[in-house]
Amino acid sequence: MTTGWPKYLLITLALAFLGANIALPLAAVFVEAFAKGWDAYVEGIIEPDALAAVRLTLLVAAIAVPFNIVFGLAASWAITKFDFRGKAVLITMIDLPFSVSPVVSGLIYVLLFGLQGWFGESLRDAGVQIIFAVPGIVLATVFVTFPFVARELIPLMQEQGRDEEEAARSLGAGGWTVFRRVTLPNIKWGLLYGVLLCNARAMGEFGAVSVVSGHIRGLTNTMPLHVEILYNEYNFVAAFAVASLLAGLALVTLLVKSLLEWRFADTIAGSGH
Amino acid sequence: MATRTLLGYRRSILPGFGLTFGFTVFALSLIVLIPLSAVFIKTAGMGWDQFVAVAFSRRALLAYRLSFGAAAIAALINAVFGLLVAWVLVRTDFPGKRIVSALVDLPFALPTAVAGIALTALYASNGWIGQYLEPAGIKVAFSPLGVVVALTFIGLPFVVRTVEPVLADLGAEVEEAAASLGATRWQSFTRVVFPAVAPALATGFALAFARGVGEYGSVIFIAGNLPFRSEIAPLLIVQQLEQYNYAGATAIAATMLVASFAVLMAINALQAWDRGRREA
Repeated sequence: MTTGWPKYLLITLALAFLGANIALPLAAVFVEAFAKGWDAYVEGIIEPDALAAVRLTLLVAAIAVPFNIVFGLAASWAITKFDFRGKAVLITMIDLPFSVSPVVSGLIYVLLFGLQGWFGESLRDAGVQIIFAVPGIVLATVFVTFPFVARELIPLMQEQGRDEEEAARSLGAGGWTVFRRVTLPNIKWGLLYGVLLCNARAMGEFGAVSVVSGHIRGLTNTMPLHVEILYNEYNFVAAFAVASLLAGLALVTLLVKSLLEWRFADTIAGSGH
Repeated sequence: MATRTLLGYRRSILPGFGLTFGFTVFALSLIVLIPLSAVFIKTAGMGWDQFVAVAFSRRALLAYRLSFGAAAIAALINAVFGLLVAWVLVRTDFPGKRIVSALVDLPFALPTAVAGIALTALYASNGWIGQYLEPAGIKVAFSPLGVVVALTFIGLPFVVRTVEPVLADLGAEVEEAAASLGATRWQSFTRVVFPAVAPALATGFALAFARGVGEYGSVIFIAGNLPFRSEIAPLLIVQQLEQYNYAGATAIAATMLVASFAVLMAINALQAWDRGRREA
């Protein structure tokens, strides 16, 4: 074991790197947000366009996260409770959105539903707008968050096996009862962990949403997009004020995530991502 | 007892395979596979000359070079400091370690646009860090160096979280054993620790690299986006889209997708290597 001064040197180096790379940017958000005092800060947040952005961000997360829960539960049930060929390929494909650039994640929906896209004309004739409207923002968000719950639950349920479910089933419990009474209690903390990370990404997504949103103030502007608009207008205090809400969300996410890791380490598959 | 059917699915006493498997494949196709295939179908219909003219124009080539180059440099910085941070978190104890450990994941949780404007504020000529660097002739904000800074921020947790469990598995005993056999600290690191964590470190590097190549939000604020100089590849896609040039945007996107799939396969191979080493 390394002891004495080399150990302290290494700790100091690591903390200095983390301080410059992590702590300073985080501190900068709040310092810039309060640069002109409390009143200017509050003004940046209660302005109608900012509030509209907060509402849209909450709405998008309220659709994308439940979808992700349903998909994650279905995918992990199918993958871990049954044997079939091509399982590894299926898991890799569920992970695909993680290796696609956010900008490309938005572009693919423009290619499908944009005015010059595959379904552009028929959508226009039907009076349905997806791109530069809320449905496009939801789709892009669902794409970038697609793997979150599934990739948390699959390793966890793989490790837990099928014995308990099979026992309950042979004692006469119906499928839904087995899931609700046996599986769900076993995976609830892992599920919450996945939902937490999924929600952080859904509320914070920028690139994919930026491509499909059209940036219409008060209508198709999510919080991260609103931050960009304010910043590009040199309205730094308001930009950082809205950004501080998102940074607060990130801190709460990290706090709950850490609590889950400390308390329920054995029923959570792994940290990160 | 088991009867094999389509896909080699074996009958189980648990219900719900048809429903859950069906929904999984349905959602995957509708949200991920069909939309992604649009990029390649659109590219295939565009003709080679038109594709090359956009996807391999001088401006695009310079943007790839910046995206891939900066991602590689940032991932390398993170490989060095990420290993150091992981080692400190696993092997040492200090007050506030839990908070430090939680903060390592901040780049996962902080929206990229927020990271982008915060880093720009720090490294601008009047920023907390920029005011000391600029007199020394180092310009970070609005230059290619800014891209490296942003990607270093984004990539750190990938390395730390991949290396950490391997170091913990390895245990402090092997380092102590090496020391008791007369190894110097440097020998114990190069001969014992490094070979053991190398596959995980390579995986972390590749994950950080892959994320960096496609990263957009944290970069565009600090990069300055000067054509031929500090433009990243994802930004070119956005610019083509803003001019309603779908074909141009698609050509660059297809090139980037092929590159990311190649990196993805490399990551899978590295992870298999890592697992093989740890189980052996």
